[in-house]
Amino acid sequence: MAKILAVDDSASMRQMVSFTLKGAGHDVVEASDGTEALEIAKKHEVDLVLSDVNMPKMNGIELVKNLRQLPTYKFTPILMLTTESAGDKKMEGKSAGATGWIVKPFNPDQLLSTIKKVLG
Amino acid sequence: MSIDLSQFHQVFFEESYEGLDTMESGLLAMDIGQPDSEVINDIFRAAHSIKGGSGTFGFSQVADFTHVVETLLDEVRSGDRAITQTSLDLLLSSVDCIRGLLEQLQAGDDPDLSQAKSLKAEFEAVLAGQEPSGATQSTESDSASSTSESVETAGDQSAPPPSQDNVGEGNGNEGNGNEGDGNEGDGGGSHGWKIYFCPEAELLQSGNEPTRMFRQLSELCDGQFFVKAVTNKLPTVSAMNPEYCYLAWHIELRSAVDRADVDEVFEWVVDSAEIIIEPLALASTSTDPIASQPASETASEPSSTQPSVQANTPAAAIEPSKASANETSEESAKEPSKETAKANKSTAQESSSIRVSIDKVDSLINMVGELVITQSMLGQLGRDFDISRVQRLQEGLAQLEHNTRELQESVMKIRMMPISFVFSRFPRLVRDVSRTLSKKIELVMAGENTELDKTVMEKIGDPLVHLIRNSIDHGIEKPDVRASKGKPETGKVHLNAYHQSGNIVIEIKDDGAGLNTEKILQKAKQKGLVPEDAQLSKEQIFDLIFHAGFSTADQVSDLSGRGVGMDVVRSNIAALNGSIEVTSETDKGTRFVIRLPLTLAILDGQLVRVGEQIFIFPLVSIVESIQSDDQAINNVGGYSDVLKLRDEYVPILQLSKAFNIPTTQKNLQDQIICVVEADGEKSGVVVDELLGQQQVVIKSLEENYRKVEGISGATILGDGTVALIIDISGLAKMSGVSLKHLDSAHKAA
Repeated sequence: MAKILAVDDSASMRQMVSFTLKGAGHDVVEASDGTEALEIAKKHEVDLVLSDVNMPKMNGIELVKNLRQLPTYKFTPILMLTTESAGDKKMEGKSAGATGWIVKPFNPDQLLSTIKKVLG
Repeated sequence: MSIDLSQFHQVFFEESYEGLDTMESGLLAMDIGQPDSEVINDIFRAAHSIKGGSGTFGFSQVADFTHVVETLLDEVRSGDRAITQTSLDLLLSSVDCIRGLLEQLQAGDDPDLSQAKSLKAEFEAVLAGQEPSGATQSTESDSASSTSESVETAGDQSAPPPSQDNVGEGNGNEGNGNEGDGNEGDGGGSHGWKIYFCPEAELLQSGNEPTRMFRQLSELCDGQFFVKAVTNKLPTVSAMNPEYCYLAWHIELRSAVDRADVDEVFEWVVDSAEIIIEPLALASTSTDPIASQPASETASEPSSTQPSVQANTPAAAIEPSKASANETSEESAKEPSKETAKANKSTAQESSSIRVSIDKVDSLINMVGELVITQSMLGQLGRDFDISRVQRLQEGLAQLEHNTRELQESVMKIRMMPISFVFSRFPRLVRDVSRTLSKKIELVMAGENTELDKTVMEKIGDPLVHLIRNSIDHGIEKPDVRASKGKPETGKVHLNAYHQSGNIVIEIKDDGAGLNTEKILQKAKQKGLVPEDAQLSKEQIFDLIFHAGFSTADQVSDLSGRGVGMDVVRSNIAALNGSIEVTSETDKGTRFVIRLPLTLAILDGQLVRVGEQIFIFPLVSIVESIQSDDQAINNVGGYSDVLKLRDEYVPILQLSKAFNIPTTQKNLQDQIICVVEADGEKSGVVVDELLGQQQVVIKSLEENYRKVEGISGATILGDGTVALIIDISGLAKMSGVSLKHLDSAHKAA
C-alpha cells in the first residue's frame, strides 16, 4: 500500500481521487495547490504524486520541476491529471520530469488501473 | 471496485458556483484595453475546473459547452486573441448559461440546452474569426458538423459517466493508429510480440521504471514474457552514473495480446526511448534466444532495475488470473453504480450544506470541552453535597451559564456568513441594468464582510435586487438630465452593510432624483389609498410607496413595475422580523435602510402577562407602551375600541379576548397598552403586565404541536414554562382589526 499525494485545486476532484485511493487501501495526503503540495512532500515522503496542471499559486508543471530538485523525489512517479488531451500539456509535463499522465475525465476504475502502472 | 460518484456532486456544484462567481467578478472587472493577465488566468482556471469536474462527474452537457468557453479563454490567456466587448458579453452570458445548466442538473432535471446551443454557435463563430451576428451559420462544414456532433452528445441525457471503453480509446489512440497503419491488423500479434526497448539514459529520472513496464507486459501475456538485456552500452564502473539507465532490452510476449495494450504500456516513454514492436513469428517460440538468458547478465545494472531479473522467469510473482478477474469485477460493478447515482440524484437537491471555517469548529470544540469540565465539577459537587458548599455550587452554576452562553454564540456563528455572498451578484446586475437603460452608474459597496445568518441572507437577496433596480431605474437620471442638473454624469449607488446593536443594517443609497412627494401623493389619492383632503407629512408620503398596488413609474418598464412592488419588499423584510425605512431629498437622492435581526433562531422579545399566561412580542414590532386613560379610548360603532394616540387613532385588541384567557381586569381604563406595528399598521394590544425583555430561542409550534393563528412560535423560559410568541399581523387579521376599521374610526372621529 502506497502513500500518495493528491494535488488538485478542485475539492470535488480531490475528494474523488482521495476516496478512490483510500478505498483501494492507499494512504492519501491532499494538497490544493503546488505550494502546499511541495511543503507536504518535504515533510512526508510519498510514493506517488498525482497532480492537476492548472492550479493557483504554483501550477502542476512547476510542482514537478520543484519536486525533481529534491533528492527524495528524483525517481518518484509523478502523474499529471490533465484535461488537455492535446499533446502540448503532456509534453510540457514530461519535459518537466513527470512520469506520465491521466487524462480527465477519468473514473475511479481508470484511476486505479493507471496508478497500478507505477506502483509496486 | 465500484464508487458512487454522486456522493461528490454536492461539492462539485458548490465549487462550480464559486468558480462561476470568480469568472463573473473577473469579467466584470476586466479592462478591455489592458486585461490583467492574473485575472484572465483565474477566469480560465475556473472554467477549466468546471469543465474537468463536469466531465468527471458525468455532466457531459456542461463539459461540452464549457469546452468552447475554455478554448476562447485559453486563446486570450496565451495572447492569441484580444478581448473585445463582444467576447466579454458572450463570456458573461456563458457564465449565466453554465450556472443555469448546473442548477437544473442539481435539481435533478434534464437541462434545457437551447441557450447553450445558441451560445456555443456564437462562440464557434468568434473562434472561427467571425463576429457573431443574427445569422450565425458557420460556413465551414467541419465546424458545422462538429456542432451537430456535440449537440448529439449533449442531448443524450442518459449519457453515463465516462466508461472504461471511453478512455481506452483516448489513451490508446496511438495504438489504434499504428494498428491501422501497418498491415499487421489483429492477426499481426496472434502469436505475440517482439519488442526492442532502448530508453534514453535519463529515463529513470522521470519516474518511469522499466521493471514496472515489464511487470505490466508480463501480466498482459499471462506470464509468457521473456526478456533479454542488451548490455553493450554499459560503461566501465568508474564512468558509470548510477542514476542513468544504460541498458536496452529485447522482449518477447508469447501469447496473443492486443497491440493497443502493448502500446499503452509504453505510452509515457515513446518520446524518450527507441521502441520497435513487431509481431512475433511462430518459429521464434521454439528457437529461443531469450529464455536461456542467464539472470546474472543484468547484475551490473543500477539497483532500481534489478527486479527485472525476476521478471525473467515466466510467471514469477504473477497471478495470471489477476488481470482478467479485475476486469470482470469492473464490468459487473458498472451497472449498479449507475443506478445508485440516479437514486441519489433526487435527494441531493434537498440537502443544503454550509461551509464552516475550521476556526469556528475549533472554538466550538473548545467550548464543549469547558462545558464538560464544568459538568464534571458540578457532578462531583452533587455527589456529596452539604450546605457549606453552596458557595461552590453557585460558582459552578455561574460557570455553567457562562459556558452555555458562549456555546450558544459559537453555534450561532456557524450559521453566519459574510453578506458578500449576496452582494457579489450586484456588480453584474448594475452593469446589465445600466447598459439596458443607457445610464452611467457606479456601484460602491462597503461592509461586504459583515456577517449574518444564512437563512436571513437567502431571503434578503430578492428584496435587495428589487431596491437596487429601483434605484437605477427610477432614482438615477439619464446622463444628459444629470448634466443639466449640474451633477456628474455617472450616478452612484451605495450599498453598505454594518452591525448596529444586535441588528444588521443594510443601506441602499443613490444620488438620483429623489422621491417625488407630489407625484406619490397624487397617485395615492387616485388609487384611494388616502382621502382626497389628507394632509400628510413627508415621512407619511414616503411610507405610501410600501402600500400594495402602488407604483409611480409612468410607464411599466422592463425592469421594475412588474407587479412585484415595494409592498412585497416590505412584507419579505417583515417576515424576517426586520424593518425598512426610506428617506429622500429631491435631486439629492434616496436612501433605504433595512434592519434585520442577526439570526432567525433567536428573537429579542418583550415578555407580557395576560391572566396567567405569558406572551412574547418581538421587540422590533413594539412602537411604545402606554398606560391608557379614560380620554384616550373611544368605542367606535359599538364593535371596536380605538385609542387616540396623539394625532392617530389606533384600534385596540385584547389578548384576553383573542385567546379566551380569563383575566381579572375587565375595564379597559388604566390598562397597559402595547402599541405594535405590523404591515405598516399600528394596533394597541391590551396586556395585564409588562415583564422583562430578553432574548428567546424560537421553537416551531407547527413542528411540535400545530399551527395556531396569531402565534408565530413558542419558547421555553428560564423556569421551564412555555411562552407563546405573538404573530402581530396574524393577530390583527384574526381580531378583524385592519386599516379599513382604522379608516372608519378616522371618519367617526
